[in-house]
Amino acid sequence: MADNGRKADTVTLTIDGHEVTVPKGTSLLHAAETLGVEVPHYCYHPGLSAPAQCRICLVEVEGAPKLQPSCVTMAQDGQVVHTESAQARRMRQGVLEFYLVNHPLDCPICDMSGECKLQDYVFNEGREHGRGREPKRVFGRDDFGGDVLYYGDRCVMCTRCVRFMDEVARDGRLTVVERGDRAVIDTFFESGLDGASFAGNIVDICPVGALVSKDFLHKARAWDLDHTESVCPNCSQGCNIDLHTRDNLVQRLKPRENPEVNGHWMCDYGRANYEWLNRPGRLEAPAVGRGDKRRASDWQHALHALFERLAEAEGASVRVVGSAFSSNEALDALRALAEQAGTLQAGVFRARRAEDEDPLPGFPILVRRRDLAPNVDGAGILGFTRVGDDDGTGGLEEAADHDGVLIVVGDELADQDESFGAKAGLFVYLGTFDSPAARNADFVLPLTTFAEEEGTFVNAQGRVQRFRQGLRGPGTAQPAWLVLGTLAAALTGGDRPVSAADAFASIVQRHAAFGGLIWEGVGSAGAALEAAHA
Amino acid sequence: MAYPYRHEKETRILSECFGDPSARTVAGWKKHGGYQGIARALEIGRDATIEDVKASGLRGRGGAGFPTGLKWSFMPKNTGRPHYLLCNADESEPGTFKDREIIRWTPHQLIEGCLVGSYAIGAAHCYIYLRGEFFETTQILARALEEAYAEGLVGRDIMGSGVDIDITLHVGAGAYICGEETGLMNSLEGRRGEPRIKPPFPAAVGAFGMPTTINNVETLAATAHIARHGGEWYRQWGTDKSPGTKLFCVSGHVNRPGNYEFPLGFPMMELIEDVCGGMRDGKALKAVIPGGSSVPIMSAEDCRACTLCYEGVEAAGSMLGCASVIVMDENTDIVKQVRRMAYFYTHESCGQCTPCREGTAWATRILRRIEDGLGTEDDLDTLIQISEQMTGTTICVLSDSLAMPIISSIEKFREDYLALIRRGERVGAA
Repeated sequence: MADNGRKADTVTLTIDGHEVTVPKGTSLLHAAETLGVEVPHYCYHPGLSAPAQCRICLVEVEGAPKLQPSCVTMAQDGQVVHTESAQARRMRQGVLEFYLVNHPLDCPICDMSGECKLQDYVFNEGREHGRGREPKRVFGRDDFGGDVLYYGDRCVMCTRCVRFMDEVARDGRLTVVERGDRAVIDTFFESGLDGASFAGNIVDICPVGALVSKDFLHKARAWDLDHTESVCPNCSQGCNIDLHTRDNLVQRLKPRENPEVNGHWMCDYGRANYEWLNRPGRLEAPAVGRGDKRRASDWQHALHALFERLAEAEGASVRVVGSAFSSNEALDALRALAEQAGTLQAGVFRARRAEDEDPLPGFPILVRRRDLAPNVDGAGILGFTRVGDDDGTGGLEEAADHDGVLIVVGDELADQDESFGAKAGLFVYLGTFDSPAARNADFVLPLTTFAEEEGTFVNAQGRVQRFRQGLRGPGTAQPAWLVLGTLAAALTGGDRPVSAADAFASIVQRHAAFGGLIWEGVGSAGAALEAAHA
Repeated sequence: MAYPYRHEKETRILSECFGDPSARTVAGWKKHGGYQGIARALEIGRDATIEDVKASGLRGRGGAGFPTGLKWSFMPKNTGRPHYLLCNADESEPGTFKDREIIRWTPHQLIEGCLVGSYAIGAAHCYIYLRGEFFETTQILARALEEAYAEGLVGRDIMGSGVDIDITLHVGAGAYICGEETGLMNSLEGRRGEPRIKPPFPAAVGAFGMPTTINNVETLAATAHIARHGGEWYRQWGTDKSPGTKLFCVSGHVNRPGNYEFPLGFPMMELIEDVCGGMRDGKALKAVIPGGSSVPIMSAEDCRACTLCYEGVEAAGSMLGCASVIVMDENTDIVKQVRRMAYFYTHESCGQCTPCREGTAWATRILRRIEDGLGTEDDLDTLIQISEQMTGTTICVLSDSLAMPIISSIEKFREDYLALIRRGERVGAA
């Protein structure tokens, strides 16, 4: 039966007593992974070549004279593999002991502590007590330039960093110098990694604390960080990331694997730009009234008053200003509300554009895009028109002088002055920060950032990607889709959205490009929009 | 006598012209039958040449003893890609000085061997990778190669046969690990001298990603003679499993150290006592390292009945390796000797595999501590365990090469270690 059903391009082998069928060309390490067996490894990384030099992934293959490196030994039919045999365990314990011969064991002050593979493996199956009595060799610390510090003493010489720079960044700035136990990773020139645009990834792939981020240095312990699946908001590539948060602050961004978008990687520009999510001085509560008449309010009163004003304005000319940092849910709710409230003249948004793009040569799908905002493409698909200059300013002349209903969502109007919206019959400003240009707003409503809510962006590939909530919004700030959707529902008498999923469902109904998508189906990895519309 | 020392019992095939500078020219070498081997090979064809070498039973002289003809037959045919022959002249095994002498005295012997090998495996280009410290050797070989090119023996249409074979000299930078075949390939290509993971084997993916065969200097030199005289001729010497003659590099505490050529299977004690004139100052024999520093050490007792052939030395508990016989007398401090050797391997480890990078250095530090009189008996167990952890766990065999001497020295000379550990006594120290 097995033989008839088996396709020629798969092999069936036995690992630790379990039969497993994998495609031909699968390494033993991967085959074991499909069974949930993690074979310890350092030099092997799925995004890089495998030099098989760390020697900790050695497994016993029946019939082979020596233990085999599972990262480069391909699965074969009928192979019987033991990852937990006495011989394999003894050898792993031996290799781990070697790793500790010169390792400083400075876990208490090491940034990697808590997510360190050396810690994990030694804890799992290392010797209880070290036998080393000799003094350890000391290299000290080396500033590699860019955001990267190198602690040579902690290094396990897996050379992942060297191979990343050679094979993926194709920017060979790192190398191994010296040999034997004097071998260290080093840069060629004083400039080191300065100016490299993807070097931050070597910190991620370093299995130990040898390469650490200067930005994150001593900022937080790994076990104190919460991880939230998210999307990088710094360009329209939309690299899948995890927000690492602590004390309701983003501490760092880390790439999350997605072979369709960013592989295992992200760019340094995206990685470095997160402090704006932690910026203090946010709008925390609704406020009502123009200029000097501005008074603090609460959502119940503010929304009630706004609803009445919108109802009065029925049939008026409406202009809306959205943002490429707003979710699809926010933008579509804005558009739906505008259409409901009167005649939508124009929905516009602004976004910064870089002079050029920056692809990752060894993984060319990943490009730091020219558009430096996460939802430029979503805004376009949802009917918003891009206006203004490449620096994200200008283009709001018509909105500024509009005499009907003016709704601004998510644009801080930094380049506008206090005359903005002075002529508007009704000016509603929804945002995360107050702005001098919001002085004429009849309503100022506090919004959450993308990190404080759920929603979706559409990236430059036409892919809808979900992000999740990693932070609590300040005060009573709310997601834009909830505020706008509630108002629209009040105007139509329909159901108001109670979740981002509801808001997403409404997009799917209204826009053919989103046809067939369901919220859950978008999942952690995103889903491609229908090509014809994207 | 001449050439430091010679002995009437020798069978001089490879070493016939040692000490005779006249053989360094094409004309001089031809007087000794030179370039007849490649001429005959060109006449009988590639396959017949490989068959001859197979029939001769010649085993690789670099240390591993792999049958040369078989190795050549692994080369794929009709690939449409360039094939390469690499000659490993990175002779760096402590105690070994045979390849240097072959090149110094008979550079054409090597050039002819390279031609035979290149022709047999279908290589149009052969690289001779020379040890960086071989200044004089390189000069002599370069001069000889220039002459061979001028004489039409190397290059386009060699000897009018229509076959093109180029030979390029490549001088290393003096790293032991570049004598490991795949480390040599990396070094040749301009990369770090780090051994490559196998498979793929060199015959499939070797130098510059092409099918490659790599042979030792002495091996290729021998093929020149085999090509000339045929495979059966070579079998008149040596044993069934170890045919032919071999250069023995004898160093250490004997009266006449040097290179001696004998049929394999020659008795070790006869080599030491008769050929080399016995132990220096009439001292007693303590230990012998029979095949270069990487093989297990033998006690005097192990040497008694040992014959110098692959199977003979193996039966005595060690390995023939490249037949570099290091002889030590009763005044040898074995602990110091092992520590010094361990330091060598620590220094030469390329550092990519963890067991070797860390293990060699750690073992050296422990041995140093023992030597300083601060060792404990536990250290011996630790050393043996470290050595076991360094055996068979790495890409190449550099760490195995230290593990074997450590384990064997502790097994055979445990008393020396214990005397130092327990009483601070250096056994043998003069």
